[in-house]
Amino acid sequence: MNTLTIAWKSIRQRRVASLLTALSVALGVTLMISVLVINGVIDRMFNQTASGYDLIVGPKGSPLQLVLNTVFRVGAPIENLPYRYYTELKNDPRIEEAIPFAIGDVTQKGGFPIVGTIPRYFALEYIPGRHFRINSEGKFLPSTWDSVIGSAVAKQNNWKMGDEFQLIHGSAESGHVHDEKFKIVGILAPTGTPNDRTVFVNLRGFYQVSGHEKPLEEAIRREAAFFGEKVDEEKLKALLKENASHDHHDHSGHGHAHAVPDAQKEVTAILVQMKGDRLRGFATIKFQSQLKEGNQAQAVNPIQQITWLMTNIVGNVRTMLIVLTSLIIIVSGVSIFVSIYNSMSDRKKEIAIMRALGAGRTAVFTIILSESVLLCLGGGLLGIVLGHGLVFVASPIIEARSGLLINPFAFSSVELVLLPVLVVLASLVGFIPAMTAYRTDVASTLSD
Amino acid sequence: MSLLLENVKKSYREPNGSVLPILDIARFELKENEQVALIGESGSGKSTLLNVISGITAADSGKVTIAGTEIASMAEVVRDRFRAERIGFVFQTFNLLPAFSALENVLLGMSFSRKKPNRDRAKELLALVGLERRLHHHPKQMSVGEQQRVAVARALANQPKLLLADEPTANVDLANQDTILKLLREACAQNQIAMLLVTHSQEVANQFDRVETLTEFNKVHAPV
Repeated sequence: MNTLTIAWKSIRQRRVASLLTALSVALGVTLMISVLVINGVIDRMFNQTASGYDLIVGPKGSPLQLVLNTVFRVGAPIENLPYRYYTELKNDPRIEEAIPFAIGDVTQKGGFPIVGTIPRYFALEYIPGRHFRINSEGKFLPSTWDSVIGSAVAKQNNWKMGDEFQLIHGSAESGHVHDEKFKIVGILAPTGTPNDRTVFVNLRGFYQVSGHEKPLEEAIRREAAFFGEKVDEEKLKALLKENASHDHHDHSGHGHAHAVPDAQKEVTAILVQMKGDRLRGFATIKFQSQLKEGNQAQAVNPIQQITWLMTNIVGNVRTMLIVLTSLIIIVSGVSIFVSIYNSMSDRKKEIAIMRALGAGRTAVFTIILSESVLLCLGGGLLGIVLGHGLVFVASPIIEARSGLLINPFAFSSVELVLLPVLVVLASLVGFIPAMTAYRTDVASTLSD
Repeated sequence: MSLLLENVKKSYREPNGSVLPILDIARFELKENEQVALIGESGSGKSTLLNVISGITAADSGKVTIAGTEIASMAEVVRDRFRAERIGFVFQTFNLLPAFSALENVLLGMSFSRKKPNRDRAKELLALVGLERRLHHHPKQMSVGEQQRVAVARALANQPKLLLADEPTANVDLANQDTILKLLREACAQNQIAMLLVTHSQEVANQFDRVETLTEFNKVHAPV
């Protein structure tokens, strides 16, 4: 019978107290595992989303708001850019690829964000080395009223190929449902990015939705103001007269698409991929600073903004959560100390008996310390299982609500450190009770 | 010689600082395989004597030699190991560990020696004391007589050279007293173990060939 067996017997002898003590450790570890797994997902999400392009060009304003809206589809767009600006960027010799984004509406069912874009968006890598994959019969927005939906959207809304849906203007609270219907022609494979909970619609169709095109006069004046040009009033009158013959608000159902004049189109952001390979970084910075000097638009490096967000907000929240869960584990450690220490008065006799049978002081010290380690490790292992189990149970709910793809069995390297840390904690909290055992006066305890 | 005490003195310091002498034994010996009953009244130093012999308590001075090995000068850790391997102990209150079954209690007795605990031997010992059907019972599931028999088996576990029994029948009902005593004496005789049995019962002592009275050779209690 070795030390561990003797320690285990003692734990079993006080099974209720031992179980409660181990459970308190397990609870702390469960929370820590949950935080670590979610943190891993957030890390991946924030570090991988913005890598298929170099810059996001948007109206002047908060760079973070531009990134949050364009990449994470959170919050409102800053403002809009004229479509002409997009065409200019597209033709800029320094730019390899420019992808327009028009973000604004949400789906009637589920409230998923709508992104109007062009099929070439899906040719960009969504994380380094990874390209969008679509279902076998799916297509990337070939026609005006086509839509490609993210995996989480398909799952939560139970949408299939060929299904049609309507948009709610602005946010879900507005309640104004557009008449036009988009048809699902593709379902994206899960990416673990906000694309999973996004509905992409053909940009042409997006503009043809009633109310999405700006009134012509307003659009022309805004565009002129954006480019710092004067409006030719004569030309404007002629244009308005010509345009008056067309009814802009007659879009009962899709299929009778009319071409919206470019002047009436706007984009919320443009994803830009610079040309070049070795000098691409330099070109990006130069282009960025050039835009900064002007007063029309800004070019934001999404990775810089995400890093800022990670460092200053997400990182701090993560640190706070890890500190909190660490504190819970320490409190659990204290409960092990209290449990073992309180049991010592009852167990002095047992220790004295073992000493009388020939157990050395070191042996009884080791037995008590082993109890502490067994309780801590047992609780820790249970916590790891419960933690991953909790994430396993919660992941479909989180996935459906946030689009975050969670692998419940993804192990963080911190977990490898966790068990040795628990052993150290157990040794610390077990030390004083173990010393009590070490110092037990055998003769007087046996005579009591 | 199984046990030899020479000029063994032991005293305790009282809370008020005064010294209270407990033992002052010029010479006491136990031959090989000898079984001796030691009679002593309460407070006469019986338990202290057993603790000094077993090395649980160190003597203030003098020599304690067991099976040719002087233990008083040993380092504590060596003395603990010696106690595990050479001395068997049977207590008045059995002192079985409640979390352990009968078999585990005997195995526990083997756990602190250098030899690997031998499960078969533990079973044999329990069979020897008539508990072959109670191997996996825990102390609270057994009668006091059965508990003391487990304690006897545990004391024999490491084939000791000396068995110390502290009032082994005091807490046992009359029917079991003879059984326990007979068991102890026969086991010691068969295994060539010397036994020093401490009792306050003349009836128990009368069953031994040699009976000593502690107050007669402990000078602390000698008449002034």
